[in-house]
Amino acid sequence: MDTIYSVLLVVLLLSLLFGLFRIILGPTKADRILAAQLFGSVGSATLMLQAVLTENWGLLDVAMILAILASIALIAFVKLGDKKE
Amino acid sequence: MNGWDIFTLTFCSLGVLFFIAGTLGLLRFPDVYSRIHALTKADNLGVGLIVVGLIPQVSDLYQLFKLLIIWVFILISSAISCHLVAQQEFKQRVKKAVLEQPNVN
Repeated sequence: MDTIYSVLLVVLLLSLLFGLFRIILGPTKADRILAAQLFGSVGSATLMLQAVLTENWGLLDVAMILAILASIALIAFVKLGDKKE
Repeated sequence: MNGWDIFTLTFCSLGVLFFIAGTLGLLRFPDVYSRIHALTKADNLGVGLIVVGLIPQVSDLYQLFKLLIIWVFILISSAISCHLVAQQEFKQRVKKAVLEQPNVN
C-alpha cells in the first residue's frame, strides 16, 4: 500500500512540474498566475496524501494554508493590477 | 489489503488522473479562457476524489472534518480565482479593442 501511495505522489509531483512550464511559456500575466493556482491545489493534494502515508497529521494544516494562500496571492494580483493602470 | 484500501486506491487514482488532465489542459489549450476552464474544473474534481478516497484511512473524527474543510476551502478559492482572472482578462481585451479602433474621436 505504501508503494502505491509513493507512486501516486511521484505522479502528482511530476504533473506539478510540467504545469510550472506555463510560468515560463505563458504569454500573459493571467497564465502565469493560473500556474500559481495549480501549485496551490496540486500541492495541497500532495500534502494530504503524504499526511496519510506518514501518519503525520500536522501536514493537513499545511495543506489548508497552502490552498488558501494561493488564492489570496491571485486576488492580490488582480486587485493590484487594476489599481496600477 | 482489505476492501477499504481498494476503495482508497480507486478514488485516489481517479483523482490523480483528473489532476493530470488539468495539467495537460493548462499546457496545451490555446487561450486563457480555456486554460481557466481546464485548471479550475479538473483540479476541483481531483481534490474531491482524493479527499473521498482518503476518508477511510483517517483515525480520528477531527482529521476527517479537517479533510472536508480543506475540500470546501479549495472549492471556494478556486471558484473565486476563476471568476476574477476571467473578469480581468475580459476587461483588458475590451480596453485593447477600444484602443485599436480606427475612428473613435
